Amino acid sequence: MKLSYAWLKEWVDVPWDPKELGSRLTMAGFELEGIARGAHDSILELNITPNRGDAMSVLGIAREVAALSGRPLRGPVTHAVAAQLTDTFPVHIDEPAACPTFLGRVFRDVNNQAATPAWMTARLQSADVRSVSPVVDVTNYVLLELGQPMHAYDLSSVRDEIRVRYACRAEQLQLLDGRTVNLSEDMLLIADREQPIGLAGIMGGARTGVAGSTRNIFLEVAYFAPTAVQGRGRRLGLLTDASLRYERGVDPGLQRRAMDRASELLVQIGAGKAGPVTAAESREYQPQRAAVGLRRRQLTRLLGAEIAPAQVSAALRALQMSVQEDSAGWQVTPPSHRADIAIEADLIEEVARIVGLDQIAEQDANVPQHFAPLPRERPRDAVILELLSARGYEEAITYAFVDPQLQRRLFPEREALALENPIASDLSVMRVSLWPGLLRAAAENQHRQHERIRLIERGVCFIVDEGTTREEDRLAALACGGRLPEQWGVPPGDAADFFDIKADLEMLFVATGAAEDFHFEAAQLSCLHPGRAARVLRQGEKVGWIGELHPQIVRELDFTYPPVLFELAFYDALRAQPAPYKEVSRYPMVRRDLAVVVNESVSLSALRERVTLSASSLLRQCRVFDVYRGPGLEIGTKSIALGLIFQDFSRTLTDEDVDRNVESIVSSLRTSLNAKIRD
Amino acid sequence: MNHAADLVSRALAAIAASADLEVLDQVRIQWLGKKGELTAALKALGSLPAAERRAAGQAINAAKEQVQSALDVRRAELERRQVDLQLAAGRIDVTLPGRGEERGGLHPVTQARLRIETLFARAGFDLAVGPEIEDDFHNFEALNIPANHPARALHDTFYFPDGRLLRTHTSPVQIRAMLARGAPLAVIAPGRVYRCDHDLTHSPMFHQLEGLAVGENISFANLKAVLHGFLAAFFERDLAIRLRPSYFPFTEPSAEVDMSCVFCAGSGCRTCKFSGWLEIAGCGMVHPNVLRASNVDPERYTGYAFGAGIDRLAMLRFGVNDLRLFFENDLRFLRQFRAF
Repeated sequence: MKLSYAWLKEWVDVPWDPKELGSRLTMAGFELEGIARGAHDSILELNITPNRGDAMSVLGIAREVAALSGRPLRGPVTHAVAAQLTDTFPVHIDEPAACPTFLGRVFRDVNNQAATPAWMTARLQSADVRSVSPVVDVTNYVLLELGQPMHAYDLSSVRDEIRVRYACRAEQLQLLDGRTVNLSEDMLLIADREQPIGLAGIMGGARTGVAGSTRNIFLEVAYFAPTAVQGRGRRLGLLTDASLRYERGVDPGLQRRAMDRASELLVQIGAGKAGPVTAAESREYQPQRAAVGLRRRQLTRLLGAEIAPAQVSAALRALQMSVQEDSAGWQVTPPSHRADIAIEADLIEEVARIVGLDQIAEQDANVPQHFAPLPRERPRDAVILELLSARGYEEAITYAFVDPQLQRRLFPEREALALENPIASDLSVMRVSLWPGLLRAAAENQHRQHERIRLIERGVCFIVDEGTTREEDRLAALACGGRLPEQWGVPPGDAADFFDIKADLEMLFVATGAAEDFHFEAAQLSCLHPGRAARVLRQGEKVGWIGELHPQIVRELDFTYPPVLFELAFYDALRAQPAPYKEVSRYPMVRRDLAVVVNESVSLSALRERVTLSASSLLRQCRVFDVYRGPGLEIGTKSIALGLIFQDFSRTLTDEDVDRNVESIVSSLRTSLNAKIRD
Repeated sequence: MNHAADLVSRALAAIAASADLEVLDQVRIQWLGKKGELTAALKALGSLPAAERRAAGQAINAAKEQVQSALDVRRAELERRQVDLQLAAGRIDVTLPGRGEERGGLHPVTQARLRIETLFARAGFDLAVGPEIEDDFHNFEALNIPANHPARALHDTFYFPDGRLLRTHTSPVQIRAMLARGAPLAVIAPGRVYRCDHDLTHSPMFHQLEGLAVGENISFANLKAVLHGFLAAFFERDLAIRLRPSYFPFTEPSAEVDMSCVFCAGSGCRTCKFSGWLEIAGCGMVHPNVLRASNVDPERYTGYAFGAGIDRLAMLRFGVNDLRLFFENDLRFLRQFRAF
């Protein structure tokens, strides 16, 4: 809100210059956003919080300044304008709860073509309000000065009566700004006998608006309940000076004073004649300010500071509250303009605000000693991310909403949750995987001439499952480009492949303490290369995917090197398991190497399973140290070089022990896998 | 005698002339080998008269020793020279870079979050979490923001067609934590939040830190102490804070938290718009309605809550001046945060 310093001084003798005033108001809850200095005036821009509708006027800020400075509130004396006409206009309130007070007054022979005096247009301008015509300017002036919105109708165009009612289904209204809006049934209207002529507390209608030629007007000064105005304007995309104040609560005791002030100014400028003020009022719906109890004990307890009782009552009285002491503390009745004071904590805030928050000394809380456990099933992401970043990955943070087109291209079978009001069409569905975000980030980095990209992300994915949404914490990685950063001594052009990334995954599995629980199973996912994709299983449970991006998508996204990706369910895959210590043998190991030629279709895991089954418990390890295809082998076969390591816990193994095992392994491989042993 | 002396001087000359160990070995064989000249001279002693034999024998033995010792010296010298040659050939350029993978790094926002978590864990705060898709109750209603409340205008909310929404702040975790754990409790809840707002200083997704402590006598004075302690620890300096009265529907009293500018120490610079202060958090005493909505008796317990932007904390810590850089994931940007 913009506030003229000179205007304010008319209402209270401000003892501070504009800058000091700004800092005092800031420390009292009205944040100064800036000061514009002019030759004769300074304009303060203040941020008024939504609970303080009462402060959205010169009067409102003057009250605060009076309370903070101890100077009395003054202000122009208003003289009631006596009725010179007998004309009235009928007003019917169908909704007294929404509109408990409606004052009306007829003015005739107003010269709406007169010039608004310069002092008034200057003040309107200080609040960025354009001068329109004397009648409109007066209503705006009183709104800025007292905080009471009002509306002037062209009396000749209002048919028969004014009625305050809710809109009917499918009603429409053309507003002053020219727009026609569809009304809904919770919108409070000012209507005449035929149709709506205004949106109560928000904006008047075009048909009954005053023009330069208007001679006779009907002035409305009403109190609308905040609940009858709140949200409606926003739904229609309307934010007006009136709605801003009504939504936050206009002083229900202000209407007569505002009517008098407006009448005085109107007659003064427009030289019209006024009729009597008519009032449609329902006392039972007019807000009453009830006394609120404030306990000394609670004040001290909540603030953690002792404030002298005399200071407390002085602060509250300075805010025009009526204060009575009782045995526990005080009974405080707020003034009519303070709709925000309803409970004890509200009063404590007022006391703290006026006394100053800097008067409360810092104090350490007495908190119970409490050791939060560090459950292994919930590994800390710091550890996981650090492990991967030590292997060259940069952590990315991408938006949780992604491009629906890209996501559908990657996961046509997965349903995604769409936003109703996205900021952009390519950020409009919730991600079902971290891959769309990582692929986009990688593509953008490739565009910035990065050849080698390694990204990880940890974040929530939104899984739609038979109509319900589940949020799942995931960890994903993307790698494309060189196996190692470009450097001397390493041949260039060697791009990272499935197995480079698989090693990163296996490293994480070792870190869980349960590496042997994990298995990779060739499987199909539409966004992955059909021959280079695997599901990751932990004790048979599906916990993730790894694979190379499908060549078709690689082309579509214009990647130079095919990205290899993995994604894991963070907690299911990475929960750690305490691995108990295993005894170490003190006897020597014996190693035998075996080159096994098998058909291409035989997987290593099948081979290994055979080896393990056919060997005795002396076999400690079965390593793969080479895989060979090519000259010397039949097409469609491969040679896998195994390093078999034998060891016992109680003795040194003899050649015979080992030979027996190797023979058993070899014969099992021959019969079950049709394997040949190479020499 | 002259004969022996002559042999020695010839042998020594040959030893001195031998350029490598191989030649030296030949010299040894030539003089001291089974058929060597000195060996032959020794053998020839038998042909001498007995009277001369003793003296001649001594002379030749002395000559042999002298040659042997010269050979040893020369051998050691040649061996040393050979090692020197090997070392010279094996010299590397130690200024060439090391081989292998280079280190990546954690996102600066993650680094700030982890730092916050560590600091609060030391002060006895537990970690609490909540979903990113929330319902109206947790995000607004229970936080004393009923439908149509003007404060909702400050939250540009992303909605789903069924009425659910992306949480606009981490404050719903307050409700969830109190409902799940009851009082007393002290938690922080760092997390992602969303607002449909996108410009120079706003990102539609950002990170907030929520703090909540509820106990029998938790006070505003405690809140001030925690905020001051945390900010001083986070920025590793003795900074000042000030609290300004403000408004949040879910706290009463409410305040904005300013800290003295970490760039100019309060003397005024561009970052703090020459005010000397940086707005860093919102806070207040938990509103009784919020305690009630969370099954906590507001007569028995009081509590404070605060909220701060993790991205903003990270920006100030790392001197990043544009929020949007955090979510562009440009490797040239990310690679600048590899230090632990």
